[in-house]
Amino acid sequence: MSLRIFVSRDAGAVAVGADEVALVLGLAAGKRGIDIEIVRTGSRGVYWLEPMIEVATSQGRIAFGPVTEFDAGSVLDAMISGGAHPLWLGVADEIPWLKRQTRLTFARCGVIDPRSLEDYRAHAGYKGLERALTLTSDAILADVTISGLRGRGGAGFPTGIKWKTVAQTGADRKYVVCNADEGDSGTFADRMIMEGDPFVIIEGMTIAGITVGATKGYIYIRSEYPHAVAAMNAAIAAATRAGYLGARIGGSSHSFDLEVRVGAGAYVCGEETSLLESLEGRRGIVRAKPPLPAHKGLFGKPTVINNVLSFAAIPFILAGGAKAYADFGMGRSRGTMPIQLAGNVKRGGLFEVAFGITLGELVDDIGGGTDTGRPVRAVQVGGPLGAYFPRALFDTPFDYEAFAARDGLIGHGGIVVFDDSVDMSKQARFAMEFCAIESCGKCTPCRIGSTRGVETIDRIRAGDRVAENIAVVEDLCNTMKFGSLCALGGFTPYPVMSALKHFREDFGAAPPRLQAAE
Amino acid sequence: MMPVYEPWNAARGAEIIAEHNRLEGATLVILHALQEAFGYVPEPAVPMIASALNLSRAEVHGVFTFYHDFRRGPAGKHVLKLCRAEACQAAGGDALAARAEARLGITLGNTTADERVTLEPIYCLGLCATAPSAMLDGRVVGRLNEARIDALIAEAQR
Repeated sequence: MSLRIFVSRDAGAVAVGADEVALVLGLAAGKRGIDIEIVRTGSRGVYWLEPMIEVATSQGRIAFGPVTEFDAGSVLDAMISGGAHPLWLGVADEIPWLKRQTRLTFARCGVIDPRSLEDYRAHAGYKGLERALTLTSDAILADVTISGLRGRGGAGFPTGIKWKTVAQTGADRKYVVCNADEGDSGTFADRMIMEGDPFVIIEGMTIAGITVGATKGYIYIRSEYPHAVAAMNAAIAAATRAGYLGARIGGSSHSFDLEVRVGAGAYVCGEETSLLESLEGRRGIVRAKPPLPAHKGLFGKPTVINNVLSFAAIPFILAGGAKAYADFGMGRSRGTMPIQLAGNVKRGGLFEVAFGITLGELVDDIGGGTDTGRPVRAVQVGGPLGAYFPRALFDTPFDYEAFAARDGLIGHGGIVVFDDSVDMSKQARFAMEFCAIESCGKCTPCRIGSTRGVETIDRIRAGDRVAENIAVVEDLCNTMKFGSLCALGGFTPYPVMSALKHFREDFGAAPPRLQAAE
Repeated sequence: MMPVYEPWNAARGAEIIAEHNRLEGATLVILHALQEAFGYVPEPAVPMIASALNLSRAEVHGVFTFYHDFRRGPAGKHVLKLCRAEACQAAGGDALAARAEARLGITLGNTTADERVTLEPIYCLGLCATAPSAMLDGRVVGRLNEARIDALIAEAQR
């Protein structure tokens, strides 16, 4: 007999033993004298069940997990006999945690072999580009606009408007740049899709290129993601060999080339203008805006710069899905968001769902609370620059505007869960410290404000004139928020102020009036 | 797997620079390539890059020193990077980092006296759903606990 077994090659699965499981499966199959084909896929994002392995059957792909190298032999026996096994999870697509999702962007991730262009095409890959090649630039822009897609990097700027600006700007050369500098702690969606479905990003960027008239694209990937760099390079080579990149793509008159560039450990390079500086080979110093990158971007040329997830959403939209995409969501947040549950969470992973789901549903229902089993005290949403939310705000729907209305941001969709052992003044201090380490140094509020912030929070933690020093921190945050050039200095106040506002009891003695109110 | 580096050699350095100097914005690409070959960016390479790219030494020095990744000197035989960002903090990363520091007798950002292990903080490996996480010489490890970090340290010290 012969079995087709799927084991993830995603870094998150490899970090918990997927390579060892694949190795043992191969050895165990040899011993039993059966033929197996091991397909290394991406991850479906069900990290709490990784390493999750699947076997193709007539009922669909049956999953087992989390499998260790010590279980791999017995799991293989269950796969052969169809018998019971404690790690049996049933048909993968029917696992409730996966079934509850709306997978538009991540439809293929964890399902296909990311190194196989044939597999990508067999799963509706390149349908978006094929249709885009039959459309005018204006018609493509109309689809992107109808979809309501907003920048998934965090700023939420309408993608259609950004592309239209670049399309309408005359220049001898234009660029498409993919921001894959996913530095926010608690986020891993970019990494996951680069490793699990790299062709979808290439397709999205190619569509951007033909829409705005750009012939060269760069993917700027952070150096902390070596697996993603390897996956993207392999996919670019395969797409180029097949005529999907290079001159006259798909037999059309359009040309488009792609190149991966690797960052060098600077968080601020996730900011788009700093990223462009870095791509040009310079220090990642933030540029003042205007001019916008859409007018003067990479090497001074009009540039579409979008996050990985924005480009990855495009193929579905262009394959006739613009209206369907817009039908998901709430208010001005249309479509789906790949939300990442991380930190001290029982069921962590990637959960793609329409906007509008509440924070409480995400943390309690889907995430299952903390991994330690202690009560959830705080969740940080949107990375190191995102606000800390207490349980009292768990009714906040996942939506750009709803989070902004509560002095927070959804950012890149990461949610980091903390239990009741967390010291929120320490987290506030870390936010300032991180900003001080990573500040590019161009503007004073960020460069100096963050350092003064660390010092002042240290004084508060030591019990030194707590009320006065809290006033200093608030004043510093105000200056940083309104006086910084970019989101690093401008948003560091979010975690600091939210910690102060919702968890004041962690900052020295509580102010007298609050005690009186109790 | 322990990385193997070549000793610094100006001719080899020039060859690496020449491989990449026609790329748009080549500085970072060249710095990465040099570090990959030699394990760090040797000081004499800076003026060589400047001259190949028609930049000033100050500009290249500025780029070299801006980014956390680039090393001025060789690291230890093994590099153990511990993720110190929020998701790993939430999952008990602080205590594991303190344990690693105590076991190795150095603080984060330093190399042991026998030059075997360099211990570094890293701000997010993107393994936040299997936190706390670490990277030993390019190999990623998640769901760290005391036993797993001790095993990693023992491996690095070998």
